[in-house]
Amino acid sequence: MRPAVVVTGISGNLGRSLAKLLHKRERIIGIDRRPFPGKPKDIEMYQLDLRKRKAEDVFRRNDVQAVIHMGIMHDPRMNEEEHHSFNVVGTTRILEYCARYGVKKVIMLSSANVYGPSPDNSNFLTEDAPLMAASRFSEVRDLTEVDMLAYGFFWKHPDIQTVILRPVHIVGPNIKNAPSNYLRLKYPWVLAGFDPIVQLIHVDDTARAMIEALRPEAKGVYNVVGPGEVPLSAIFRELGRTVIPVPHLVARPLLELMFKYHLASFPPPELDHIQFLCAVDGSRWAKDLGWKPSYSMRETIRSVLDE
Amino acid sequence: MFEQLGDELQKKLRGWTASMVGSDMEARVQQIAHLENEFGVDPFGFDLKYALAAIAPFIWLYKHYFRVQTFNLDRVPAGRVLLVSNHSGQLPLDGAMIVVAMLTEANPPRAIRSMVEKWIQTLPYVSSFMARVGQIVGTPENCRRLLEAEEAILVFPEGVRGLGKAWPQRYRLQDFGLGFMRLALEARTPIVPVAVIGAEEQAPSLVNVKLLAKLLGFPYLPLTPTILPLPLPTRYRIYFGEPMLFTGRADDEDAELDKKVAQVKATIQSMIQTGLQERKHVFS
Repeated sequence: MRPAVVVTGISGNLGRSLAKLLHKRERIIGIDRRPFPGKPKDIEMYQLDLRKRKAEDVFRRNDVQAVIHMGIMHDPRMNEEEHHSFNVVGTTRILEYCARYGVKKVIMLSSANVYGPSPDNSNFLTEDAPLMAASRFSEVRDLTEVDMLAYGFFWKHPDIQTVILRPVHIVGPNIKNAPSNYLRLKYPWVLAGFDPIVQLIHVDDTARAMIEALRPEAKGVYNVVGPGEVPLSAIFRELGRTVIPVPHLVARPLLELMFKYHLASFPPPELDHIQFLCAVDGSRWAKDLGWKPSYSMRETIRSVLDE
Repeated sequence: MFEQLGDELQKKLRGWTASMVGSDMEARVQQIAHLENEFGVDPFGFDLKYALAAIAPFIWLYKHYFRVQTFNLDRVPAGRVLLVSNHSGQLPLDGAMIVVAMLTEANPPRAIRSMVEKWIQTLPYVSSFMARVGQIVGTPENCRRLLEAEEAILVFPEGVRGLGKAWPQRYRLQDFGLGFMRLALEARTPIVPVAVIGAEEQAPSLVNVKLLAKLLGFPYLPLTPTILPLPLPTRYRIYFGEPMLFTGRADDEDAELDKKVAQVKATIQSMIQTGLQERKHVFS
């Protein structure tokens, strides 16, 4: 049997996009709790929880050459303990199996959000910038922890090529994450007088980047930037939105109430992202891998409108 | 401030800018435009069209209110450079006037960046205005990046200590930070000392109300005869000194850097002294 690439979280939008790009080239084994409707026939799929024993069987029975780990969940409405256990325990298990079954390459999906938006941020954060997100935003604590688990693994196992990708805000058709949902609002709130520079990357470009990371040149932590940076106001102008400026001192308590009573789906700390900078320097990735996004800025912005 | 300037207003302001500095300026400035994307902003958020509109009132202040005179502006070399200036006047108009000088009087024109306080980023309207006109949070990382891109950066090593000082301390340089020297050494960048005369008298501050400032989260809060620090029409004189190139290790001990910083500080102080002697009257 050919060596396989295990893809966790394959049933998500990013996972499906990646699977469609990769399945002709590599033998893919997908793991996800959710079903994968429209799965290409040549992909083996295991519908199970990463924390369960059965996940280990996948590694035991197959020659796994690489793992692409995207089985990370972001759901602000989910029970915090379950959320944390799924992400952190799930990642720990996957890394254990990689070490135990001689996987040569591990690619971890993290996020540029781990640096956290802040008024103190430099305009372009490099990979060695401290991960400050959790200090203001406990909901992304998981994300930071997962990133650090992978980083520890990178040092502990020099024989395994570990790649941690920290892409900027992922957007795309049908993507249901906070940035895409926000850009889809007909009358989005903005914080009056704040117009931070924002970086977006198309979901297909993100999938391409994850696949590029399989190449031997990729090793270590990389920020992954899409077609560049634009002010938030330019994005809304492009999408033809009517923005509602809300004074920042009012917005926070108001959103807290609305979130509590299920009138809004955005957790209040997300407001930091439309108030302060959290932009990254993707030059290391661009240089090492010769990376160029395939979608222009305009196409990336408009992708949230597609079905 | 100018964040949501309507397109029409922006156009009018750009027309005003052109009428004050000559219509060839836009063409000249276009040559120095940074790497802009299809949305007209560079990666740092600088928007040339917006800047040419927003700068109009400052050009008016420059020409007709403060009637700025510059001396030896041609000493500023091409390529990467740090302009190190004294800082005063409660409102950072001295910075704005140096920016206008470099944009309208230098040949070719230069859009200089200045390093602003992190505090600015927390202020609505001001934060977005600053970014669109090319001003950036003063982190070493930002500064390094811009110098490597051969840009001109304006720094005020006194920071708010200089800006918010009260009347009795006028024209006396406050403590200099060392950060600019580290960056100059690291990026082998010439330093051009700059002395601004006239900004001190624009808004004499009787006292810095520290307790109230702290309550409001401001770095300082001046109490001036006009209550608000409204600038008086003093005449500005901006002196540019000979470029100073330092050599040495950027990670040297503070004591070593202190010596080099002291040279820059002494140069600026003596330029201030000369400027004050040459000046006949505060308002003319």
